[in-house]
Amino acid sequence: MSSIGTGYDLSASQFSPDGRVFQVEYAMKAVENSGTVIGLKGTDGIVLAAEKLILSKLHEPSTNRRIFNIDRHIGMAFSGLIADARQIVEIARKEAANYRSQYGTNIPLKYLNDRVSMYMHAYTLYSAVRPYGCSVILASYDENEPQMYLIDPSGVSYGFHGCATGKAKQSAKTEIEKLKLGNMTCKDIVKEAAKIIYIVHDELKDKNFELELSWVCKDSNGLHVKVPESVYADAERAAKQAMEADSESDTEDM
Amino acid sequence: MPMLGIENSIMDDSNDWRNAAHSTGTSIMAAEFDGGVIIGADSRTTTGAYIANRVTDKLTKVTDHIYCCRSGSAADTQAIADIVSYHLNFHGMELGEEPLVEVGAAIFKELCYNYRDSLTAGILVAGWDKRKGGQIYSVPIGGMCVRQQVSIGGSGSSYVYGYVDANFKPNMSKEECIKFVTNTLALAMSRDGSSGGVVRLGILTEAGIERKVILGTDLPKFFEG
Repeated sequence: MSSIGTGYDLSASQFSPDGRVFQVEYAMKAVENSGTVIGLKGTDGIVLAAEKLILSKLHEPSTNRRIFNIDRHIGMAFSGLIADARQIVEIARKEAANYRSQYGTNIPLKYLNDRVSMYMHAYTLYSAVRPYGCSVILASYDENEPQMYLIDPSGVSYGFHGCATGKAKQSAKTEIEKLKLGNMTCKDIVKEAAKIIYIVHDELKDKNFELELSWVCKDSNGLHVKVPESVYADAERAAKQAMEADSESDTEDM
Repeated sequence: MPMLGIENSIMDDSNDWRNAAHSTGTSIMAAEFDGGVIIGADSRTTTGAYIANRVTDKLTKVTDHIYCCRSGSAADTQAIADIVSYHLNFHGMELGEEPLVEVGAAIFKELCYNYRDSLTAGILVAGWDKRKGGQIYSVPIGGMCVRQQVSIGGSGSSYVYGYVDANFKPNMSKEECIKFVTNTLALAMSRDGSSGGVVRLGILTEAGIERKVILGTDLPKFFEG
C-alpha cells in the first residue's frame, strides 16, 4: 500500500500529492470485506438481495438484517459496517418523514438520493470525522416507476438497472449482466437474485450465510416488504438446485 | 384593512374605510373540466364600504402551472402566495421538474394552519400536473386542505352553492365550463355587495394558463327583481 507511512492517509480533509483521499479509499475496503448485496430492476419493480454472513452459530436467525424500510415505498440495502449503515438508515428515514409532513406526498427517490449522498459526502470533508464505511442501495416503486440508486462511501451515487456491492461485487455484476432485466418481472427476478447470491458466495472462506430477499413492486402494492415466505422458499430452492446442477456438471467435466 | 369578500356586518360604516383593512369581500371559484381547471374571480377590493380597487386580480400565479384564488385579507393572502411561490420554485429546482399541485396545496395549508390565529385567508389552490391532471384544493380559514372537483369561496359564494350543485357536471368541455364559471360568478356578484366589477378567468391546462376578462357590461344577465 503506497499510502501507508506517507502521512496523507490519516485524515479525510487532506489530499495526497497525487490527488487522492486515502480515508475514502479505506472506507471502500471496509465495504469490500462485507457480504454481497445486489439490486435488480424489473419492469414492475425492484428486488433487493443480501448475503448476510453468519459470524457465530449462536446468533438468532433473521436478526441484524441488512435490508431496511426507509418509507412505505422505499427500501435500503447496505454492505459494509452495520453500525455505520444504521446511522444512514436513520437519517434517510428522517428525511423521508420530513418530506411527507412538509409536502404531503411520498418523497421522490431522486430527491432522497440527493440528500443522503450529500450527507455521506459531507463526512469525507473534515478532519474530525471519518467517512461512512458502507455503500447503500436505495430502491423505490412509486407511480408505477421503479428507481434504484447506489451510494458509495465517497458520496458519489448513480442510478442503476442492476447493481452490486460488497465482497463479490465483480462476479455478481458479471452475473447480472447476463440477465435481460428490461423484460423481466419481479416474480422471475427474485429467483435470479437468489441464484446470484448463492453463486457468488465463497464457501471456502465464509461457511454460513443467510439469504435476505425484499422487493418493492406492483405485487406488493408499491410497498417495500420482505418477499412472501412461499416466494422466498421457491427462490431459495431454485438457487440450491442451480448450484447442485452446476457442481454435477463440474464433476462430469473432470 | 382591505378585504377580499369577508365583511364585518356590525360596523359603523360612515368612515370605516380609513381604518379598515383591505379585504377581498370576494367571489372566487375553481372547477375541473376535461383537460384542466378553470379558475375565476370578481375584481372588487374593499376597505369597509369603500371600493379600494375595482379591477383587482385575485388570481395569483404560484408557478407556471399552479395558481391560487385569494379571499380574505389582501395583505395576508398576497404574503402567503409570495412565500408559497418561493418554496415551490425552490422545490422545483431541487427536483428538476414541475412541482405537483398537491405539494403546493400542502405548503399553503401548512402556513395557513400554523398561523391560523393571525391570518384571515381563504384560498383555492388550482393547477395542472402530469401525475393527476387538473386539480383543485380548498384551503379555508383555519388551515384545512381538501381536494374538490369544484369549489367556491369568498363572501359571494354563499349565494350560489345551490347554483353550483345544480349545474356542475364532471368532465365538461372547456367552453361549457367557462360558461358555468362565468354564470356562477355573475350571480354571486349581483347578490353580494362586496363582490363586483369584472370577471377574471384563468384556464389552466398542460399548456399553462390562458387568461380572460369579462367586463361588467358583458356579464350574463339574470332575474334581478
